[in-house]
This record gives sequence, C-alpha cells and structure tokens, in this order.
Amino acid sequence: MLGFGFLYAPIVLLVLYSFNASRLVTVWAGFSTRWYGALFHDEAFGATALTSLEVAAMAATLSLVLGTLAGLGMARFGRFPGRPLYGFALLAPLVVPEVILGLSLLLLFVACQSWFGWPGRGMLTITVAHATFGACFVSVLVRAQLAGFDRALEEAALDLGARPWTVLTRITLPGISPALISGWLLAFTLSLDDLVIASFVTGPSATTLPMAVFSSVRLGVSPEVNALATLFLCVVFLLVAFAGWLMARAERRRVT
Amino acid sequence: MTGLGRLGRLVVIGVPFLWLALFFLLPLLIVVKISLAESTIGIPPYTPLFVNDGSGLKLHATLANFALIAGDDLYLRAYLGSLGNAAVATALCLLVGYPVAYAIARSQGVRRQLLLFLIMLPFWTSFLIRVYAWIAILEPNGLLNQALIALGLIATPLPLLNNLFSVQLGLVYSYLPFMILPLYGSLSGLDQSLIEAAADLGARPLQTFLGVTLPLTLPGIAAGCLLVLIPAIGEFVIPDLLGGPDTLMIGKVLWDEFFNNRDWPVAAAVAVVLVAALALPLLAAQRFLERGHTA
Repeated sequence: MLGFGFLYAPIVLLVLYSFNASRLVTVWAGFSTRWYGALFHDEAFGATALTSLEVAAMAATLSLVLGTLAGLGMARFGRFPGRPLYGFALLAPLVVPEVILGLSLLLLFVACQSWFGWPGRGMLTITVAHATFGACFVSVLVRAQLAGFDRALEEAALDLGARPWTVLTRITLPGISPALISGWLLAFTLSLDDLVIASFVTGPSATTLPMAVFSSVRLGVSPEVNALATLFLCVVFLLVAFAGWLMARAERRRVT
Repeated sequence: MTGLGRLGRLVVIGVPFLWLALFFLLPLLIVVKISLAESTIGIPPYTPLFVNDGSGLKLHATLANFALIAGDDLYLRAYLGSLGNAAVATALCLLVGYPVAYAIARSQGVRRQLLLFLIMLPFWTSFLIRVYAWIAILEPNGLLNQALIALGLIATPLPLLNNLFSVQLGLVYSYLPFMILPLYGSLSGLDQSLIEAAADLGARPLQTFLGVTLPLTLPGIAAGCLLVLIPAIGEFVIPDLLGGPDTLMIGKVLWDEFFNNRDWPVAAAVAVVLVAALALPLLAAQRFLERGHTA
C-alpha cells in the first residue's frame, strides 16, 4: 500500500493545489478556480494543445495500423527472413532512450530535406516520429492478445471456405479488439505526453503542449500548469473509463 | 491467416518492417555518419561525409568528435554518472517493486484487477507532469520541508531538490511501474504447488522464497531491470527538472550539446557511444521480452 501511496501522492497534491487561490504552493489561501480561468485565457496553451491533439490522433491511427500488422506478422507467420532484426526493431524503440530516438530521426529528416527538399520540420515529422514508437507499443499489445486468442476459430473459418481477408476482418480483428482499443489509446497518450522526441524533430512551425509546459515549468512551479495537469488527468480518466466500457462490451459480445 | 497468399504475407510483414527500417534503423546509421563529420556554421550544421573535388568522391571523415569525448572528462563523468544513477534506481525499483508485485499476484479477483489497473494508470498520465509534481514537494519551502518543520523534526529546510537525492527519487518514481509489470507477469505465472511442495518438505518461508520463488521469477526480474535500466541511463527530463550541478547525466549532456551548443556532430558522437554501450543490454532485453511473448 505504501507503494501506491508513493505513486499517487504527488498527483493528488497537484490536483489539490490547482484549486489553491495563492500563487505559492506553500500557502493555502482557500479554494479557487482562478487558475482554470487563467488557463482558458492563455492562447499559447490553447494553440499548442490543438497541435498536440492533432498530432496524437494522426500518430495513434498510424501506429494502430502499423502495429497491428506487425503484431499479426510476428504472432502468426513463424519464421521469415529478417525476423530477428525485425523483432529487434519492434522492441528496441520501447527502451532506447528518447534522446537517441529524437536525435536520430531529426538527422534523418534533415538529410531527407537536403536530398529531396522534403519534408521540412513540423507536425508531419512529429507525427511520423510518434507513429514509429507508438507502433511498437501497439504491436506488443496485439501480440499479447493474439497469444491468448484461439487459433482454431480462424482455422475453422478457413476450413469452411472463408477467404483470408474475411477471416481477418470478421474473426481475428474483432477477437483482438480490446488490444486495438487500448493500443490506440496508449499511442495517443504517449504522443500527447512526449517532450523529448518532439523537441528534436520539430521546427519553428509547430510547438506541442509538453514543450509549452516544459518551458513554463523550467521557470518554476506554476499554478496554471497544475490546472492544466488536473484537466489532463480528467480527460485521461474519462478516456480510460470509456475504453474499459468498450472492452467490456466487446468481451460480452464475444461470449454471447 | 495461414491461408493468406504470398502477397498478403508480404504486406503484413513488409509494411511495418519497411517503416521501422526507414524510421528506426536507418536513422541510427545516419547518426554514425554525422558523428564522423565536422561541425560548421550553416544548414545543415555539419560537413558532408563524401566530397567531390573533381577527381572523384573523397571520404571526408574525422574521429575528432570521439577524441573530444574521450579527452574531456565531463563526458566520462556523465556516462558513469548516468550508469551509476540508473543502476541504483534499478536496484531500488526492484526492492520496492518486488513486494508490490508479489502482493498483487497473491490477491484475488476484482481486487487484483483494481491493483493492476492502479499500477498501469500512471502510464496514462503525463510523465512530465508527474516529475514536475515533485518540485512542489521537494522545494526548500515545499510541502515536505514544511511538514517536517511543523512536526518539529528539523529546524531548517533540508536540501531535497536539485541534488542526487531528487534525481534518484524521480527515477524510481517514474520507472517503478516498468519494474512491477514484468515481475507481476512472472509471479502470477508461478506454479503455486511448487511453493506448497517446498513447504511440505519442511522448507521455511525464507528458504522457499530464496530456493523456489526467486529463481523461478528471474526472467521477470531480468526483464524488469532492463526495462528500467536502459531508458533511465539516457533520461533527460528527470535530471533537467530535478537535478543540480552535481548530477551529470548523459541524456542531458546530449541535449545541451544539441540545443545549446548546436554542435550536431558531437551530439551524434555522444549518441553513438551511448548506443554502443547499450547494445548488449538491448539484445538481452530483446531475448527476455521475446521469451515473455512465447511463454
């Protein structure tokens, strides 16, 4: 229980202090929502939040497609040439320090720019970078779910004359839908949260929310950031609850 | 799926493979290339590796960046400091995480689901903000110091922020779930009858733990340690926000080299050395994580 206290105490305190009327963390000056008001009038935060949400939605969708394909390939196709390298490329981005992913991708984009005059640096490059590591997370979830998925169902459908595409869309994908839902959400929140990789690969045209938060946090504790964090937590809770509901529904459908 | 034609197979494997080759493997090679270049003022701020001087392509590579890293003990101290901090944080995560994972694995039904959910939840909240939350707690006039003073335990505020202590705390705090989840996976797959058998044969609880539980959960321990150690070595946000002048870490050095000094080739060389140092643990991590998949 102490372990959980350690994990959650800072978050709880953050939420409490977002309602503190005083600018100082150390003084409790009564309940107030003034920082939420200040946050909503802060256009810088609003614009960066929109950028972040857009990037996260695109990156998560790309991650879902790539990661699902990768998970299917690794779980169902056994041996194929290059499998060890492929497995490495799928797992390494989960642990390789972000500064390395960020720097290496930036150098790729810069090289591309000088060869082809494309793609510049901005939202597109952030999206590609986020989709790359997001896909790796999705593939782990998809593989784990496929491992527990009854292959006999797929084989039965094939024996009954269903075409592979039909089996994939009617049997396999619905069967692993919990992994698909949580995979998309995980890729979405990871993208929304990433500071380091985005800082490397972005250009002057795109600033994401974590970058704005980071530069304001570097100057010290700011009550507006507390308010923002609290809102962020609420959104995440809602999303996770919604995902849980979707998954429970998918589970019920599968059973009945 | 086995009935999928050659084309289908090619698409399913080839598309993500190509993507990762382009956006993960190729960039690593480019980093090596840039680490051999010289820094210049311009866009991009490094010299080309191959120069055409009329008589054909000439290789224009230098090891000066690596010589700089080897010659300045700032870099060596940063590498060793990162390794040390990450190793201590990994050990602490294991010490704290093992009992937690054990408790979750032994609990039942809804309670178990709820505990697991609570461990996973921090993954879904902003890492940056969770690190930042500690600043308000650890500041000289922050919550912890105020509480300790109010309790009469200390007279003057303790220096809790911007030192080794706060960096260690931040690392353990941020990476603890990465330790607990693989440990839990290992512990929940443990055959309970083996433990009962050991007890029946007269082993004391400690003996059972050391002789049965611990060896059988070694794969989980290894996976958890690597999942904490590797990213912690290159961590940037934690040493930047919670660290001080005496907590040199290589992730921050690389960041400063790139963003403040704008010396891309040296930043690339720092990255190459870091990747080379991480290669063995990375391959080990792949083995343990792959095993987790097939088990």
